[in-house]
Amino acid sequence: MRLTDDLIASDIGAYLQKHEDKSLLRFITCGSVDDGKSTLIGRLLYDSKMIFEDQLASLEADSKRVGTQGENIDFALLVDGLAAEREQGITIDVAYRFFATDKRKFIVADTPGHEQYTRNMATGASTADVAILMIDARKGILTQTRRHSFITTLLGIRRLVLAVNKMDLVDYSEQVFNDIVEDFYDFADELATDLEIQPIPMSALAGINITETSRETDWYDGPSLMDYLETVPIGDKRLKAPFRMPVQWVNRPNLDFRGFSGQIAAGTVKPGDLIKTLPSGRQSTITRIVTATGDLDEAIAGQSVTLTLADEVDSSRGDVIVSADSPAEVSDQFQVRVLWMSDTPLLPGRRYLLKIGAKTVTATINAPKYGIDINTLNDMPAKTLELNQIGVTTLSLDQAIAFDPYDENREMGGFILIDRQSNDTVGLGMIDFALRRASNIHWQAIDIDRSTLAEQKGQKPAVLWFTGLSGSGKSTIANALQKRLFALGKHTFILDGDNVRHGLNRDLGFTDVDRVENVRRVSNVARLMSDAGLITLVSFISPFRDERQMARNLMADGEFVEIHVDTPLDVAESRDVKGLYKKARAGEIKNFTGIDSPYEPPLNPELRINTVGQSPEDAAETILDFLKEKGFLSD
Amino acid sequence: MAKMTHLDRLEAESLHIMREVASECENPVMLYSVGKDSAVMLHLAMKAFYPSRPPFPLMHVDTTWKFKEMIEFRDRKAAEMGMDLLVHVNEDGVRDGVGPFTHGSAMHTDIMKTASLKQALDKYKFDAAFGGARRDEEKSRAKERVFSFRSAEHRWDPKKQRPEPWNLYNTRIHPGESIRVFPLSNWTELDIWQYIRRENIEIVPLYFAAERPVVTWNGVDIMVDDDRMPEELAKTAVMKSVRFRTLGCYPLTGAVESTASTLEEIIQEMLLTTTSERQGRVIDADQAASMEKKKQEGYF
Repeated sequence: MRLTDDLIASDIGAYLQKHEDKSLLRFITCGSVDDGKSTLIGRLLYDSKMIFEDQLASLEADSKRVGTQGENIDFALLVDGLAAEREQGITIDVAYRFFATDKRKFIVADTPGHEQYTRNMATGASTADVAILMIDARKGILTQTRRHSFITTLLGIRRLVLAVNKMDLVDYSEQVFNDIVEDFYDFADELATDLEIQPIPMSALAGINITETSRETDWYDGPSLMDYLETVPIGDKRLKAPFRMPVQWVNRPNLDFRGFSGQIAAGTVKPGDLIKTLPSGRQSTITRIVTATGDLDEAIAGQSVTLTLADEVDSSRGDVIVSADSPAEVSDQFQVRVLWMSDTPLLPGRRYLLKIGAKTVTATINAPKYGIDINTLNDMPAKTLELNQIGVTTLSLDQAIAFDPYDENREMGGFILIDRQSNDTVGLGMIDFALRRASNIHWQAIDIDRSTLAEQKGQKPAVLWFTGLSGSGKSTIANALQKRLFALGKHTFILDGDNVRHGLNRDLGFTDVDRVENVRRVSNVARLMSDAGLITLVSFISPFRDERQMARNLMADGEFVEIHVDTPLDVAESRDVKGLYKKARAGEIKNFTGIDSPYEPPLNPELRINTVGQSPEDAAETILDFLKEKGFLSD
Repeated sequence: MAKMTHLDRLEAESLHIMREVASECENPVMLYSVGKDSAVMLHLAMKAFYPSRPPFPLMHVDTTWKFKEMIEFRDRKAAEMGMDLLVHVNEDGVRDGVGPFTHGSAMHTDIMKTASLKQALDKYKFDAAFGGARRDEEKSRAKERVFSFRSAEHRWDPKKQRPEPWNLYNTRIHPGESIRVFPLSNWTELDIWQYIRRENIEIVPLYFAAERPVVTWNGVDIMVDDDRMPEELAKTAVMKSVRFRTLGCYPLTGAVESTASTLEEIIQEMLLTTTSERQGRVIDADQAASMEKKKQEGYF
C-alpha cells in the first residue's frame, strides 16, 4: 500500500491522526464488462496505490496469460473474483472493493450489468451514496444505461456520475460527449426530480480524467472522477430527519439495568428527549445513552448505542423508538415496490416473512397492480413477479409495524421477503405509503357471534381438510363421513375441489399461482362456514404445505383438522376413476399433481388415513372416533 | 459528535451485525483465533452488548502448533474479559501424530484446522459462528456475504448466497445448517491497525519486533517455538529481529525482518511495505483460486 504521503516516513503519529478522521463514501459501479467497468475499478485501486508488489506481479503474469490487453496490464483481472467467473470472463456477483486516498476511504460495490443480475445491482445500490454509470462513448446511452439509472434511483441514490468511457476511441471528441450527455438529461427527467448528475469524459484504460484532469480533454472543465469522489457531500439527510431507532436487542445484564440496543436509523438523540415506542405508542424520556466507553451527551444516525428510558416501558426487539414530536406511522397494509429475487415466481396470496429493521412479520402479498419494464420504465400488466422483475403491489401484515416511506428513510422503509419453506431471501421491497392507519382498523361488531351460532346447532365448528393425490379417495371418504354426521344430527357441508372449480373458481387454472389462489378462496369460504357454526368438509388436493398452513392459520384455534388421505401414487393411478392420470401421462393435461407438479405431504396432520386395505366407511368411522374424542360432537 | 469517521461507521456496522446474531440465532459462538482481527472482534463484542457480557462463548480451534505466546495470551484474555472459552483439538489428528513437519502444510491444515472446526461445530451444535475474515484479504472473500451459509455438511455454495440489501440479514436456516458471520467484512488491514491504535487494544507481542530464533524452511523464515521442530532444522537457528504480520501455526507462519516495536512503527512499516498480508502464509501458495476451493470444503 504505497500511499505517497511524506508523513508516513517522517511523522507516522501525525499521519495516523490525520487519517483517523477520514470520512467514508460508498459507491456502486454499473455497467457491463464491455464498458470497461472492471478496468476502471482496477485503475482506481492501482492509481490510489492499493496494489502490493506481489499482487502486481501476479497481475502482470495473469495479464500475459489470460488478459485481453496484449502485453499491457489488464486491470480487469484485479477485480474478477470467483474462479467460475474468471473462466467465463464475466462478473456475476456483488463484490466489494476498498481503497483510500488521503481524503476519504471508499467502499465500492462492483455489480454486473446484465439484466439477469438486476437483483445484485439493487443489493449493491441499497447502501451506496453515489452511482457511477459506465457508458461506452462509441455506443452512447443504451437500454442498459436506462435500466441501471432506474435501478439505482429506485433504490434511492440521487447522485449519479455519467462516466463516458473509452473517449480515446472517439478521439476525445467534445461533440460525442455532449450528445451523450444531452441524451441522458432528456431521459433522466423521467427518473426523479432531485437528481444531481455529474458527466465526466474518461478513458479508464489510458487513465484519462481518473485521478486528475487530462490534456486530452482540454475542453472539459469539470472534476476528475477522483476529485468528484473525494469532495461530493455525503449528504446525510438522515441526520436532519426525526429520531428513529429500531430496538435490536433488549440489554438486561441484571435487574437494575434495562437498556434498548440498536443502530440509530435517523436523527439525533439526547438524554431528556421525549420519545415514543412504536407500535404501542407508550411515551417516555431518554435517561442515558450508554456505550462501553462512557455515556454520551448525544448520538446521531448511524451509531450503534444503548438507550435507557425513565419509565418501565415493556419494549422488545422489533419495536421502534421514535421522537415523540414526530413519530413514525404505524400500519399493517401498504403499497410497496417489490423487486423479485428468486427463481420461483411470487405467488400472490401466499404468506411470506417480511423483515424490516429488527422486526419480522408475516405478509400476504396481493397480485401486482402492475409491473415496471425496467428497460423502458413503462408500466406493464403483471399477474405475478418473476426473477428480477419489479412491480407495484399491496400487502398486508399479521401485525402493525412502525415505518417511514422508503424515499424518506431507507432503513425505516426498506424490507426483505423470505420464503418460509426454503428460507431464501426472495424479494426486496420499498414502502411507498400505508393504505390505512392501524388505529382505524376495527371489525363490524356482531351481537350474535360465532359461538352463539355453533351452540344453536349443538356442535363445535370444524374444518376437516382432506388432502391427497387425485384419486386417493378424499371425496368418497368425505361423503361417507358426511352421511354418518348427518345421521348424528350434525350440520355439515362439503366443499369439493371439482365442484368449486365450476363456479367460484372457474377463472382459475392449474398453475402454481392459480393453485394458491384456489386454496385461498376455498379456505376463506370454509372460514365463513365455520363462523356460521358448520362442520365443513373440504376435499381438495391442495398439494402445497404452505397453502394448507395458510388455511390452518385462517381458522380459529383448534378448529382445523388436517386429514391426509395417504394413498400411494401407483395405487391412485391404478384406480384412475376419472381417467386423468392416463391423460396426464400422455401429456394431455399439464401441471398434474404427482406427475409433473409436486405434492408435499403433510408433516404433522391430525390424522393420516391409509386407504389400502381399508374401506371408505371404515376410514369415515376412524375420523368420527377422532372427532368424538376431541369433543367436536358433544352437545 | 458532529460526524462519524470511517472507523466509527465500521464499528457501528459490526456492532449491528453482532446484535442481530445474538437476537436471532439460538446458539452462536465467536471463533477466536488469537490474532489481531480476533482481538478487534472481541473488543467489538464487548462494546456491542455492554453493560451485558456478550451472550456467547469464545472458541479456539487449537491445532496444537500455535505459538506458545498465543496460548498464554488467549487464556489470560478470556479470563480478563470474563468470557467462556472453549478449546477444541482434533484428537484423531493428535493420536495420529499429525503435524506440519511430518505431514506437510496442506494435510496438517486440513486435519487440524478445517476438519477440527467442523468437529467442533458439530459437537456443540452451534448454528452461527463469528469469524474475523475481511473482504480485502483475498479475491473470493470480496464476494462473500456478511452472513455466509453452510449446508449440514459445512459446504459453501457461492452461487446460493443470499442478497443483503441495506442492513437486513436473513438468518433463517434449516436444522443442521449453520451460518458463518463476518462482522469485519468491510474492514481493511489498515482499518484494523488504526482501530487497534485508537482503542488501545492489546495484541499478542509476536506482532512486535524482537530478537527471536528463526530458521529457513520452505523458503520462509519461521521461528523455533518448541522442540518439535526437527533437530537438523532447529540447529540452523539464528537470532534475528523479526515480527509476524499474521499469526497461525508457528511452522507455517513466516516471520518478517523488522525493527518495528511500537504500533506506530508497525503501521508505518505496513504502509511503506510492498507485499500483501497473506504472502507470509504457506497455505495460499498454490493456485489463485485455492482459497475459494478451501472455503467450499469448509475452511473458514
